[in-house]
Amino acid sequence: MRIPPRYSQILAVGLMGAATLLTLLVLVFVVVFVLGKGLPAVNLQFLFGMPRDMGRAGGILPAIVGTVLLPLVAIAIAMPLGVGTAVYLAEYTRETRLTKVLRFGTDCLAGIPSIIFGLFGFIFFVVMLKMGWCLLSGGLTLAIMILPTIIRTSEEAIRAVPNAYREVSFSLGATRWETVLKVVLPNALPGIVTGVMLGVGRSVGETAAVIFTAGSALRLPATMFDSVRTMAVHFYILAREGISAENAYGTAAVLIISILLINLATYGMMHRMLAARTK
Amino acid sequence: MKMSGEKAVRFGLMLLAFSSLASLLLIAVFILKEGVPFIIHYGVREFLLGLNWQPHKQEYGIYPMIISSLWVTIGAMLIGAPLGIAGAIFLNEFVPRTVMRIIKPTIELLAGIPSVVYGFIGVMVLAPFIRAYMGGPGLSVLAASVILGIMILPTIISISTDAIGAVPNTYREAALSLGATRWQSVYMVTIKAARSGIVASIILAMGRALGETMAVIMVAGNAVRVPHTPLDSVRTLTANIAMEMGQASGMHRQALFATGVILLCVIMLLNGIAISVVRGGVRRK
Repeated sequence: MRIPPRYSQILAVGLMGAATLLTLLVLVFVVVFVLGKGLPAVNLQFLFGMPRDMGRAGGILPAIVGTVLLPLVAIAIAMPLGVGTAVYLAEYTRETRLTKVLRFGTDCLAGIPSIIFGLFGFIFFVVMLKMGWCLLSGGLTLAIMILPTIIRTSEEAIRAVPNAYREVSFSLGATRWETVLKVVLPNALPGIVTGVMLGVGRSVGETAAVIFTAGSALRLPATMFDSVRTMAVHFYILAREGISAENAYGTAAVLIISILLINLATYGMMHRMLAARTK
Repeated sequence: MKMSGEKAVRFGLMLLAFSSLASLLLIAVFILKEGVPFIIHYGVREFLLGLNWQPHKQEYGIYPMIISSLWVTIGAMLIGAPLGIAGAIFLNEFVPRTVMRIIKPTIELLAGIPSVVYGFIGVMVLAPFIRAYMGGPGLSVLAASVILGIMILPTIISISTDAIGAVPNTYREAALSLGATRWQSVYMVTIKAARSGIVASIILAMGRALGETMAVIMVAGNAVRVPHTPLDSVRTLTANIAMEMGQASGMHRQALFATGVILLCVIMLLNGIAISVVRGGVRRK
């Protein structure tokens, strides 16, 4: 029996609408559930207090500091590499076999799961280079992990700068590098920052790659060679080892709020970039 | 003088451009260097098809973990792929642009929620539900599949939406002018034109599901055995690495790296397929 096209359309649209609604509901549920359970535990003492008894009581200050520092180290390493790569690909070369290989490498790197980054960071930075579990080992590992994101978004942003800008700069006698520095990069900045923020968001939520490279010490780090614990790792340890459900929820709430804020800022930035482009 | 400066800059930038490729090679070399000698020493057959994983008895068979990873990944695809593709089509074809511009970024926020939070929700909400209404330990293939299925939704939706959005409007208009309903034009024309992007989104999502670690450790139960029903507790390849890495040394650590080698190979294969599917799709257009 054939269903008349009009009815099959109603059926299909209904099913697809339900699927979309379900997806949205799950998102809302995850956020509301975690915030609902976690926010009551969050207060100034929780945010700025030192943990006591392995995090069973007290605050999460070291985890917050770790969550701020680790992505900063990662960005400080990944940004020059990523933006430099993007400038080379977009401004200094044509599509050749070499750029194809470079792009393939970037695409592959983007698909590697975080546990593999963790294994690599552990054997290379922690064990072989004898750096131990520390801020720098974790930062380097995360830098490699977010490099593809930064390269892609930066290259897109650089390519979106109108050619007329470059031509004006060249006609004034500027070299290619002067043009890149003074014309192209300032105009591509919102896009580059978007890529960096995406990288920050990923680093903040990462656990597997961090726990094997930055360790999980619940102290305030004094140097780059001290171990740190991020909020994601802290949450994982509290929840997995059943240390404190209440503090786990509290940490998760702070974590989710931070990530939502980072993503909203990123989205705002992207929006501004798109608006500037269509102007 | 000025020209030689330019040359130096070009050379410097070219070196930077090798950073991602160099990192990739470095990762591959170090994982392989730690893992491959073990596989050869222990025996490929014994390692891949061995049923027992008992490090204290020097037994390192990962067959149960391979099957478990497979089950969990396929389960996640069964849940995530239909939902994701349906969502992508719905958002592109049946919803006003302004609404889509609000919903799409909202769904992309799903991607930002850390995997440990999904895992925790799985433990606190999903596992008790499964235990109460379906039986078994709760922490199971099913729980892991549902959580992973949700986690890969943003990947599928965002890449598929871009692919469907890139189909020229003239295609749709041609179908509609021949008397097709909107739905007919979607499944007869638009989906076929966007096929390569949709397939790529599914393959990439599969790689993500296979590689996900922390959420799976929390919800899959981690018993080393070949599952018989979706309600069985299982341990995936990734969970095996992450759980034992902390206290492993010597042979045991090498065996974990060898597990990583298998994981890396499968995922590189999936990525390679996804990249070539996208390239092939672009070439046809």
